[in-house]
Amino acid sequence: MGINGENQYKSLLRFTTAGSVDDGKSTLIGRLLYDSKSIFEDQMDHIVESSKRLGKEEVDLSLLTDGLRAEREQGITIDVAYRYFATPERKFIIADTPGHIQYTRNMVTGASTADLAVILVDARKGVLEQTVRHSFIAVLLDIRHIIFCINKMDMLGYSEDVFMKIREELTALSSKLKIEDVHYIPISAKHGDNVVKPSEKMKWYHGKTFLRLIETIKLNKDKNSYIARFPVQAVIRPLSEVHHDYRGYAGRVAGGAFCKGDTVTILPSMTRSKISGIDAMKKSLSKASNGDSVTVTLEDQVDVSRGDLIVKENELPESGQDINLMTCWFNERSLRTGGKYIVRNYSNETACIIKSVNYKMNIETLEKETANPEVSMNDIASITIRTAKPLFYDSYRKNNITGSLILIDEGTNETVAAGMID
Amino acid sequence: MKINDEHLNELENEAIFVMREVAAQFEKKVILFSGGKDSIVLVHLAKKAFWPAKMPFSLLHIDTGHNFEETLRFRDDLAKELGIELIVRLVQDSIDQGKVTEESGINASRNKAQSVTLLDAIEELKIDVAVGGGRRDEEKARAKERFFSHRNEFGQWDPKNQRPELWNIFNGHKKMGEHFRVFPISNWTELDVWQYIMKEEIKLPELYYTHRRKIFERNGIYLAWAPFMQLKPAEKVFETNVRCRTIGDITCTGVTLSKADNLEDIISEIAATRVTERGGRYDDKRSEAAMEDRKKEGYF
Repeated sequence: MGINGENQYKSLLRFTTAGSVDDGKSTLIGRLLYDSKSIFEDQMDHIVESSKRLGKEEVDLSLLTDGLRAEREQGITIDVAYRYFATPERKFIIADTPGHIQYTRNMVTGASTADLAVILVDARKGVLEQTVRHSFIAVLLDIRHIIFCINKMDMLGYSEDVFMKIREELTALSSKLKIEDVHYIPISAKHGDNVVKPSEKMKWYHGKTFLRLIETIKLNKDKNSYIARFPVQAVIRPLSEVHHDYRGYAGRVAGGAFCKGDTVTILPSMTRSKISGIDAMKKSLSKASNGDSVTVTLEDQVDVSRGDLIVKENELPESGQDINLMTCWFNERSLRTGGKYIVRNYSNETACIIKSVNYKMNIETLEKETANPEVSMNDIASITIRTAKPLFYDSYRKNNITGSLILIDEGTNETVAAGMID
Repeated sequence: MKINDEHLNELENEAIFVMREVAAQFEKKVILFSGGKDSIVLVHLAKKAFWPAKMPFSLLHIDTGHNFEETLRFRDDLAKELGIELIVRLVQDSIDQGKVTEESGINASRNKAQSVTLLDAIEELKIDVAVGGGRRDEEKARAKERFFSHRNEFGQWDPKNQRPELWNIFNGHKKMGEHFRVFPISNWTELDVWQYIMKEEIKLPELYYTHRRKIFERNGIYLAWAPFMQLKPAEKVFETNVRCRTIGDITCTGVTLSKADNLEDIISEIAATRVTERGGRYDDKRSEAAMEDRKKEGYF
């Protein structure tokens, strides 16, 4: 039992998969889990049984990921499903999202927390409008690593020419979309070629297998890491005998790092103070970095509450009430220009109205449509909102946390839209 | 054994963030406490999230009346140590009031009946958020669950119409009478939980470590024997060394034959096992969509 070697995950990689059922996305994930021995015996028994019951000739690995009754009955993925597996190198969280255009919103949801996107391309069909759409969404959500899996190579005699031709088209698409880090792998999810094991049939491919690539890919975790941001979630006041005067600000560092002694500015009040302590339960830290959940104490008695943003003194964010953003509309009720919504940017909530729709994006041709401003479910559009009080934010490209927001319908309480601030 | 913490740190940071969002967005807050390792980890995370202040949660235990005695003792001690309120509601009361019919027969369990008692408690105590230890890796219906999961005024979950959840922005807006279930350790796996318990030196009930117990076998699962359990003619009770991989109602909690008496050995066993944690849960064996159906009705 090599517990010492085997279970030390070096890091966590979150990735999203996009592609339609026909592209073999669920089969790829099933194959990945199966060949990396992440499927347990009782799960496998279930799949074998269900495959038989559904009258399938072979064991259908896609049944692993389709968890809801309706999904199994209809043979489709409706919602985002999260899957977990680990290898000696890394721990993985997969956001498995449905690929059809009517589920663009689910794809956006899955992409919002991903470091990497896997996009499936059917080798028989090449680059389709949906390939463009999936790539565009990944870039829109600021995913900086994309792996294109050219699947069903088995149906085309594992031809290198076919792969090279598709690869060329994808390279053109990637440079048009300015994707930072792109990879291309010829695979057969059904037979397992280049998923976990190198393909015997495609000796002409000298790159890594899919699993090896996601195990070793160097992540650009520098996202959000230059400018220090600390959104305040809660004020910690124990009022106990031991900690009578303790007053701490709880939150999760959303960019950069803060050190004890740093001079900070608190927004919106613009007051200044110095960090006197950083606590993580009984541990007193000298530094808190991007992603750390901590409690910060300040030297001065200043007014700080939930929704405030603590920054370093000379690194002020943008601020204003008229905000331009790209939005993905999530709700069955279409966007109402002039309509009032609740806007939530990190822990801060206020009211807003949608002032205008600047253009709608045709996500299959990448053309901007200015003539038809109707924004319905699954549409992606550029809009301008006017908030009731100023927001303190960064552009989404600079910071995914202070630069993202959601709109909430006041009547139904539903989350109706996601926004990436320009 | 040295545990590399990077992934555990990230999971902990995320869970603490969620705990603090719960505190900020809701009024009457409880942690659903079963005495199992996941709910014990939740309590530990809540303690960390609000230190040095007391956590703003009460513990709510839905007691089927078929619990291991050790679990109950552990529960009482923990609440006392933390100085927080412990609320217990009994499934037996719901049965006595005629709100739920007790299952009969050989596989009778009060597992499903818990939902009724839980929803009654939520209504009675005006609870607007119940924090649970559910994890997405446990079961395929759970894999679709949100961190902030909306429940309508009947306590029901509508899996096909869930609120989208983006980045780390959680929308807890709701109408009167509705409530939320929140799952801070959604992204943890069974192995993550055990490694975290070891890293943080979290105390667990003795049941999780090897001990002598009377058990019997049913459909390939070893079940702990208790006087109220009915045996089939061929089933023989025998005593051996076992430990619990999960802890729930006795009638549906499978036990593992094991001599592991420390966390390191338990983690080794779990890393090597080829059956899922819920593979030993009798309640999930009832049908393909057993969990989805129970969850729609208001289950944990």
